[in-house]
Amino acid sequence: MKLGMIVMESPYQHEASDSAIQFAKAALAKGHEILRVFFYQDGVLNSTKLMEPQSDDRHIQKQWTAIGTENNIEFIVCVAAAKRRGINDTVTAEGFTIGGLGMLTELAIEADRLVEFRA
Amino acid sequence: MLHMINKSPFESMSLDDCLKYASKGSAIILYEDGIYAAMAGTALESKMNSIAGDYKVYVLKEDLMQRGIDKLISGVTEVDYAGFVDLVEEHKTCSW
Amino acid sequence: MNDEMAKLMVVFRTAPYGSIYSFEGLENVLIMGAYDQDVSVLFIDDGVFAIKKGMDNSGTGIKDFSPTFRALEAYDIEKIFIDRTSMESRGLTKDDLVIDAELIESDAVEKMMEEQKNFFMF
Repeated sequence: MKLGMIVMESPYQHEASDSAIQFAKAALAKGHEILRVFFYQDGVLNSTKLMEPQSDDRHIQKQWTAIGTENNIEFIVCVAAAKRRGINDTVTAEGFTIGGLGMLTELAIEADRLVEFRA
Repeated sequence: MLHMINKSPFESMSLDDCLKYASKGSAIILYEDGIYAAMAGTALESKMNSIAGDYKVYVLKEDLMQRGIDKLISGVTEVDYAGFVDLVEEHKTCSW
Repeated sequence: MNDEMAKLMVVFRTAPYGSIYSFEGLENVLIMGAYDQDVSVLFIDDGVFAIKKGMDNSGTGIKDFSPTFRALEAYDIEKIFIDRTSMESRGLTKDDLVIDAELIESDAVEKMMEEQKNFFMF
Protein backbone atom coordinates (compact mmCIF):
# COMPACT_ATOMS: atom_id res chain seq x y z
CA MET A 1 0.00 0.00 0.00
CA LYS A 2 0.95 3.63 -0.39
CA LEU A 3 1.12 5.08 3.12
CA GLY A 4 0.94 8.61 4.34
CA MET A 5 2.04 9.36 7.90
CA ILE A 6 1.45 12.44 10.03
CA VAL A 7 3.43 13.15 13.20
CA MET A 8 1.73 15.75 15.39
CA GLU A 9 3.71 15.70 18.64
CA SER A 10 7.16 16.73 19.76
CA PRO A 11 9.76 14.03 20.36
CA TYR A 12 10.36 12.77 23.91
CA GLN A 13 7.38 14.68 25.33
CA HIS A 14 4.97 12.16 23.82
CA GLU A 15 5.39 8.63 22.45
CA ALA A 16 3.88 9.59 19.07
CA SER A 17 7.28 10.01 17.36
CA ASP A 18 8.56 6.67 18.67
CA SER A 19 5.39 4.90 17.56
CA ALA A 20 5.64 6.50 14.13
CA ILE A 21 9.27 5.42 13.76
CA GLN A 22 8.54 1.81 14.70
CA PHE A 23 5.48 1.78 12.46
CA ALA A 24 7.48 3.17 9.53
CA LYS A 25 10.19 0.55 9.97
CA ALA A 26 7.63 -2.27 10.11
CA ALA A 27 5.79 -0.96 7.05
CA LEU A 28 9.01 -0.69 5.04
CA ALA A 29 10.08 -4.18 6.14
CA LYS A 30 6.84 -5.47 4.67
CA GLY A 31 7.54 -3.76 1.36
CA HIS A 32 5.00 -0.96 1.66
CA GLU A 33 5.72 2.45 0.22
CA ILE A 34 5.69 5.50 2.47
CA LEU A 35 4.80 8.38 0.17
CA ARG A 36 5.55 11.09 2.69
CA VAL A 37 5.81 11.74 6.42
CA PHE A 38 4.27 15.09 7.29
CA PHE A 39 5.58 16.70 10.48
CA TYR A 40 2.90 18.95 11.85
CA GLN A 41 2.08 20.98 14.98
CA ASP A 42 4.72 20.18 17.65
CA GLY A 43 5.80 17.31 15.40
CA VAL A 44 8.01 19.79 13.53
CA LEU A 45 10.42 19.57 16.49
CA ASN A 46 11.38 16.08 15.32
CA SER A 47 13.38 17.72 12.54
CA THR A 48 15.92 19.76 14.46
CA LYS A 49 19.54 18.70 14.24
CA LEU A 50 20.17 20.68 17.43
CA MET A 51 18.53 17.97 19.49
CA GLU A 52 21.03 16.39 21.83
CA PRO A 53 19.52 13.69 24.04
CA GLN A 54 21.51 12.03 26.80
CA SER A 55 23.84 9.36 25.51
CA ASP A 56 21.85 6.44 26.97
CA ASP A 57 18.64 7.53 25.20
CA ARG A 58 17.52 7.14 21.61
CA HIS A 59 18.18 9.98 19.17
CA ILE A 60 14.82 10.54 17.53
CA GLN A 61 15.99 12.91 14.78
CA LYS A 62 18.82 10.56 13.79
CA GLN A 63 16.38 7.64 13.71
CA TRP A 64 14.19 9.60 11.32
CA THR A 65 17.09 10.70 9.14
CA ALA A 66 18.32 7.10 8.85
CA ILE A 67 14.88 5.86 7.79
CA GLY A 68 14.38 8.71 5.35
CA THR A 69 17.74 8.66 3.63
CA GLU A 70 18.01 4.85 3.42
CA ASN A 71 14.55 4.54 1.89
CA ASN A 72 14.34 7.83 0.03
CA ILE A 73 11.20 8.96 1.88
CA GLU A 74 10.06 12.55 1.77
CA PHE A 75 9.86 14.20 5.19
CA ILE A 76 7.92 17.46 5.05
CA VAL A 77 8.03 19.88 7.97
CA CYS A 78 4.99 22.16 7.98
CA VAL A 79 6.27 25.67 7.34
CA ALA A 80 3.71 27.55 9.41
CA ALA A 81 4.05 25.18 12.36
CA ALA A 82 7.84 25.33 12.05
CA LYS A 83 7.95 29.13 12.02
CA ARG A 84 5.83 29.29 15.16
CA ARG A 85 8.31 27.04 16.94
CA GLY A 86 11.61 28.51 15.78
CA ILE A 87 12.36 25.83 13.22
CA ASN A 88 13.73 26.80 9.80
CA ASP A 89 16.05 25.28 7.23
CA THR A 90 19.12 26.31 9.19
CA VAL A 91 18.18 23.86 11.96
CA THR A 92 16.47 21.05 10.08
CA ALA A 93 18.50 17.86 9.80
CA GLU A 94 19.39 15.89 6.67
CA GLY A 95 16.31 14.34 5.10
CA PHE A 96 13.82 16.96 6.29
CA THR A 97 12.36 19.61 3.97
CA ILE A 98 10.20 22.58 4.95
CA GLY A 99 6.95 22.57 3.00
CA GLY A 100 3.42 23.90 2.91
CA LEU A 101 0.21 22.47 4.30
CA GLY A 102 -0.96 21.77 0.76
CA MET A 103 1.45 18.85 0.78
CA LEU A 104 -0.71 17.28 3.47
CA THR A 105 -3.84 17.63 1.34
CA GLU A 106 -1.91 16.13 -1.59
CA LEU A 107 -0.90 13.24 0.63
CA ALA A 108 -4.53 12.63 1.59
CA ILE A 109 -5.44 12.57 -2.10
CA GLU A 110 -2.63 10.20 -3.08
CA ALA A 111 -2.26 7.79 -0.17
CA ASP A 112 -4.14 4.51 0.18
CA ARG A 113 -3.93 4.91 3.93
CA LEU A 114 -3.21 7.82 6.21
CA VAL A 115 -2.04 7.24 9.78
CA GLU A 116 -1.95 10.02 12.36
CA PHE A 117 0.45 9.82 15.29
CA ARG A 118 -0.88 12.29 17.79
CA ALA A 119 -1.60 13.04 21.41
CA MET B 1 -12.35 0.93 10.34
CA LEU B 2 -9.34 0.56 12.62
CA HIS B 3 -9.86 2.78 15.64
CA MET B 4 -6.53 3.70 17.23
CA ILE B 5 -6.59 4.36 20.98
CA ASN B 6 -3.41 5.62 22.62
CA LYS B 7 -4.69 7.05 25.89
CA SER B 8 -5.22 5.36 29.23
CA PRO B 9 -8.91 4.67 29.90
CA PHE B 10 -8.30 5.82 33.49
CA GLU B 11 -7.36 9.29 32.25
CA SER B 12 -9.16 9.83 28.97
CA MET B 13 -12.56 9.44 27.35
CA SER B 14 -11.09 8.50 23.99
CA LEU B 15 -12.04 4.81 24.12
CA ASP B 16 -15.57 5.65 25.32
CA ASP B 17 -15.86 8.35 22.64
CA CYS B 18 -14.70 5.95 19.95
CA LEU B 19 -17.26 3.35 21.03
CA LYS B 20 -20.11 5.83 20.56
CA TYR B 21 -19.38 5.78 16.83
CA ALA B 22 -17.73 2.42 16.13
CA SER B 23 -20.09 -0.24 14.82
CA LYS B 24 -19.96 -3.68 16.41
CA GLY B 25 -17.26 -5.79 14.84
CA SER B 26 -14.99 -2.84 14.04
CA ALA B 27 -11.32 -3.18 14.87
CA ILE B 28 -9.71 -1.28 17.74
CA ILE B 29 -5.98 -1.18 18.43
CA LEU B 30 -4.78 -0.21 21.89
CA TYR B 31 -1.25 1.21 21.80
CA GLU B 32 0.93 3.60 23.82
CA ASP B 33 -1.01 4.31 27.07
CA GLY B 34 -4.11 2.81 25.48
CA ILE B 35 -2.83 -0.66 26.35
CA TYR B 36 -3.85 -0.22 30.00
CA ALA B 37 -7.45 -0.84 28.92
CA ALA B 38 -6.50 -4.45 28.16
CA MET B 39 -4.76 -5.11 31.48
CA ALA B 40 -6.28 -7.87 33.58
CA GLY B 41 -7.45 -7.27 37.12
CA THR B 42 -8.40 -3.60 36.86
CA ALA B 43 -11.72 -1.97 37.78
CA LEU B 44 -12.47 -1.82 34.06
CA GLU B 45 -12.07 -5.53 33.43
CA SER B 46 -15.75 -6.50 33.15
CA LYS B 47 -16.49 -3.50 30.92
CA MET B 48 -13.50 -4.36 28.75
CA ASN B 49 -14.54 -8.01 28.55
CA SER B 50 -17.84 -6.90 27.11
CA ILE B 51 -16.08 -4.56 24.64
CA ALA B 52 -13.73 -7.36 23.58
CA GLY B 53 -16.81 -9.45 22.84
CA ASP B 54 -18.38 -6.80 20.61
CA TYR B 55 -15.29 -5.52 18.79
CA LYS B 56 -12.05 -6.94 17.44
CA VAL B 57 -9.62 -5.59 20.02
CA TYR B 58 -5.88 -5.69 19.34
CA VAL B 59 -3.11 -4.66 21.74
CA LEU B 60 0.35 -3.58 20.65
CA LYS B 61 2.92 -5.99 22.05
CA GLU B 62 5.87 -3.59 22.08
CA ASP B 63 3.94 -1.08 24.22
CA LEU B 64 2.82 -3.85 26.62
CA MET B 65 6.43 -4.97 27.02
CA GLN B 66 7.65 -1.41 27.53
CA ARG B 67 5.18 -1.00 30.40
CA GLY B 68 5.65 -4.41 32.00
CA ILE B 69 2.08 -5.50 31.37
CA ASP B 70 1.81 -9.23 30.71
CA LYS B 71 -1.58 -10.22 32.09
CA LEU B 72 -4.35 -9.31 29.67
CA ILE B 73 -8.10 -9.72 29.73
CA SER B 74 -9.40 -12.53 27.57
CA GLY B 75 -10.65 -11.90 24.07
CA VAL B 76 -7.99 -9.42 22.98
CA THR B 77 -5.29 -10.20 20.41
CA GLU B 78 -1.66 -9.18 20.81
CA VAL B 79 -0.05 -7.81 17.65
CA ASP B 80 3.44 -6.51 17.05
CA TYR B 81 4.24 -3.53 14.79
CA ALA B 82 4.19 -5.82 11.75
CA GLY B 83 0.67 -6.87 12.73
CA PHE B 84 -0.27 -3.20 13.27
CA VAL B 85 0.83 -2.50 9.68
CA ASP B 86 -1.31 -5.40 8.44
CA LEU B 87 -4.33 -3.96 10.27
CA VAL B 88 -3.74 -0.58 8.63
CA GLU B 89 -3.55 -2.26 5.23
CA GLU B 90 -6.94 -3.88 5.89
CA HIS B 91 -8.69 -0.81 7.34
CA LYS B 92 -8.88 2.94 7.16
CA THR B 93 -7.59 4.36 10.44
CA CYS B 94 -9.11 6.77 12.92
CA SER B 95 -6.78 8.18 15.60
CA TRP B 96 -8.72 9.16 18.72
CA MET C 1 -2.46 13.64 -9.11
CA ASN C 2 -5.80 12.08 -10.04
CA ASP C 3 -8.14 14.19 -12.10
CA GLU C 4 -11.14 12.96 -10.14
CA MET C 5 -12.05 14.77 -6.97
CA ALA C 6 -11.15 12.85 -3.84
CA LYS C 7 -13.55 12.64 -0.94
CA LEU C 8 -11.71 14.14 2.00
CA MET C 9 -12.95 15.02 5.47
CA VAL C 10 -11.73 16.90 8.49
CA VAL C 11 -13.18 15.69 11.78
CA PHE C 12 -13.10 18.14 14.67
CA ARG C 13 -13.19 16.33 18.00
CA THR C 14 -11.03 18.53 20.22
CA ALA C 15 -12.04 21.70 22.03
CA PRO C 16 -10.43 24.91 20.74
CA TYR C 17 -7.68 26.90 22.52
CA GLY C 18 -6.76 24.21 25.07
CA SER C 19 -4.63 22.70 22.30
CA ILE C 20 -3.84 23.68 18.71
CA TYR C 21 -5.62 20.70 17.12
CA SER C 22 -8.87 22.50 16.36
CA PHE C 23 -7.10 25.51 14.82
CA GLU C 24 -4.98 23.27 12.60
CA GLY C 25 -8.07 21.34 11.59
CA LEU C 26 -9.54 24.56 10.25
CA GLU C 27 -6.31 25.39 8.40
CA ASN C 28 -6.63 22.04 6.66
CA VAL C 29 -10.24 22.62 5.68
CA LEU C 30 -9.23 25.91 4.04
CA ILE C 31 -6.32 24.33 2.16
CA MET C 32 -8.47 21.43 0.97
CA GLY C 33 -10.99 23.93 -0.32
CA ALA C 34 -8.26 25.47 -2.45
CA TYR C 35 -7.52 22.05 -3.97
CA ASP C 36 -11.03 21.66 -5.39
CA GLN C 37 -11.73 18.36 -3.67
CA ASP C 38 -14.99 16.90 -2.35
CA VAL C 39 -14.52 18.14 1.22
CA SER C 40 -16.67 17.36 4.23
CA VAL C 41 -16.37 18.78 7.73
CA LEU C 42 -17.66 16.95 10.78
CA PHE C 43 -17.90 18.10 14.39
CA ILE C 44 -18.05 15.44 17.10
CA ASP C 45 -17.37 15.32 20.85
CA ASP C 46 -15.59 18.47 22.11
CA GLY C 47 -15.11 19.56 18.50
CA VAL C 48 -18.49 21.26 18.63
CA PHE C 49 -17.08 23.83 21.08
CA ALA C 50 -14.98 25.27 18.24
CA ILE C 51 -18.10 26.73 16.61
CA LYS C 52 -19.74 28.17 19.69
CA LYS C 53 -20.88 31.78 19.45
CA GLY C 54 -19.70 34.55 21.74
CA MET C 55 -15.98 33.98 21.98
CA ASP C 56 -14.00 36.85 23.49
CA ASN C 57 -10.22 36.61 23.47
CA SER C 58 -9.57 39.94 25.16
CA GLY C 59 -8.48 38.19 28.33
CA THR C 60 -6.10 35.68 26.79
CA GLY C 61 -4.84 37.15 23.54
CA ILE C 62 -5.23 33.81 21.75
CA LYS C 63 -6.42 34.25 18.17
CA ASP C 64 -10.18 33.71 17.92
CA PHE C 65 -10.62 31.59 14.80
CA SER C 66 -14.35 30.96 15.14
CA PRO C 67 -15.26 33.68 12.57
CA THR C 68 -13.36 31.76 9.91
CA PHE C 69 -15.84 28.90 10.16
CA ARG C 70 -18.50 31.30 8.95
CA ALA C 71 -16.44 31.87 5.81
CA LEU C 72 -16.30 28.22 4.77
CA GLU C 73 -19.08 28.64 2.25
CA ALA C 74 -16.94 31.17 0.43
CA TYR C 75 -14.43 28.35 -0.01
CA ASP C 76 -17.17 26.15 -1.51
CA ILE C 77 -17.24 23.97 1.55
CA GLU C 78 -20.88 23.22 2.14
CA LYS C 79 -20.89 19.67 3.51
CA ILE C 80 -20.79 20.48 7.20
CA PHE C 81 -22.14 18.04 9.77
CA ILE C 82 -22.54 17.96 13.54
CA ASP C 83 -23.09 14.90 15.69
CA ARG C 84 -26.38 15.73 17.39
CA THR C 85 -25.58 13.79 20.57
CA SER C 86 -22.24 15.53 21.01
CA MET C 87 -23.90 18.93 20.67
CA GLU C 88 -26.85 18.19 22.94
CA SER C 89 -24.81 16.44 25.62
CA ARG C 90 -22.75 19.64 25.90
CA GLY C 91 -25.85 21.74 26.52
CA LEU C 92 -25.72 23.38 23.09
CA THR C 93 -28.34 23.92 20.43
CA LYS C 94 -27.90 25.01 16.81
CA ASP C 95 -28.69 28.57 17.95
CA ASP C 96 -25.50 28.55 19.99
CA LEU C 97 -23.30 27.89 16.95
CA VAL C 98 -21.69 30.29 14.48
CA ILE C 99 -22.53 28.13 11.47
CA ASP C 100 -25.52 26.27 10.20
CA ALA C 101 -24.81 22.59 9.73
CA GLU C 102 -26.67 19.37 9.23
CA LEU C 103 -27.24 17.33 12.38
CA ILE C 104 -26.44 13.64 12.07
CA GLU C 105 -26.82 10.72 14.43
CA SER C 106 -23.79 9.04 15.98
CA ASP C 107 -24.30 5.79 14.10
CA ALA C 108 -23.73 7.66 10.81
CA VAL C 109 -20.28 8.91 11.80
CA GLU C 110 -18.21 5.80 11.14
CA LYS C 111 -19.96 5.27 7.80
CA MET C 112 -19.15 8.84 6.81
CA MET C 113 -15.50 8.20 7.67
CA GLU C 114 -15.47 4.98 5.63
CA GLU C 115 -16.81 6.82 2.57
CA GLN C 116 -13.79 9.11 2.41
CA LYS C 117 -10.63 8.53 0.46
CA ASN C 118 -8.89 9.77 3.59
CA PHE C 119 -9.84 11.88 6.58
CA PHE C 120 -8.11 13.73 9.38
CA MET C 121 -8.90 13.76 13.08
CA PHE C 122 -8.20 17.07 14.79
